[in-house]
Amino acid sequence: MANQVYWDDVQEGMELPDLVKNPTTQQLVKYAGASGDYYQIHYDQTYARNNNLEDVILHGALKNAFLGHLVTKWMGPDGELKRLVCQYRGMDIPGTPVTIKGVVTKKYQDKGTNLVDCEIWLQNEKGEKTTPGSATVALPSR
Amino acid sequence: MTTPASFLTEEMRQQAIGQKSEPKSIDVEKGAIIKFAQAIEDDNPVFNDEMAARESRYGGLIAPPTFLRSVGVDRPAFPYDVPFNRMLDGGSDWEYFHPVRAGDRITAISEIEDVNERIGRMGLMIITTIKVTYRNQFDQVAATQTSTSIRY
Repeated sequence: MANQVYWDDVQEGMELPDLVKNPTTQQLVKYAGASGDYYQIHYDQTYARNNNLEDVILHGALKNAFLGHLVTKWMGPDGELKRLVCQYRGMDIPGTPVTIKGVVTKKYQDKGTNLVDCEIWLQNEKGEKTTPGSATVALPSR
Repeated sequence: MTTPASFLTEEMRQQAIGQKSEPKSIDVEKGAIIKFAQAIEDDNPVFNDEMAARESRYGGLIAPPTFLRSVGVDRPAFPYDVPFNRMLDGGSDWEYFHPVRAGDRITAISEIEDVNERIGRMGLMIITTIKVTYRNQFDQVAATQTSTSIRY
């Protein structure tokens, strides 16, 4: 299979390839429609400002989806996502790029399954981790 | 408005823990999966391309990991009024057990796992942990999602 990562080749400390996203207000509208989350702070600037926000903000759940994208892309077609955790610490606004990053923190076996834990996060242009999290994936071995 | 120094009693905590929402079911449609994948700009063929997904080990389209949010299950109701209007989503912890496939019927129920209060920068906060269990038509738990929300 193309782009398959194998458990044997993974090492603790290894970085996942970065994922860069450029969320726009259009993407927030698409996400609102696709997810059913129509809270106005994500697409109505006047509403957002009346709620003490400087601008419309990204859905936390969209950032959760970006973290899922990072991990499912890296683990390849035969990897299996077991757990995906994220905390919303800071807000992100559309119109500025965000980078989604990850690093392998633990490689282990449990009941015959080859597992890898990763620390993952979304950071803004200033390098602030607005959405930290973690993931566990099962990977095939050679 | 001055916030009270305390709101929750131990008795109120115990009344809230275990409260469940009504179940909410959806049929997972191919088009909804593809629209979701497009919205998050994830071009993985297993989420976007039925023909390519058939060649995968899933044998067809599956949903991206956070797609289940679109089920839109209600929050469990508290058995009393909680006098805090503003709410923040603190984050989510997803565990996955079975893939969600196009054609599945998913039923979600949410349950209050824990509730606590804390004094923060914004005054008194009520922190609620809610676990959503998503089951498929075979009564298998496809995934669980444990979320924290903060009312203040």
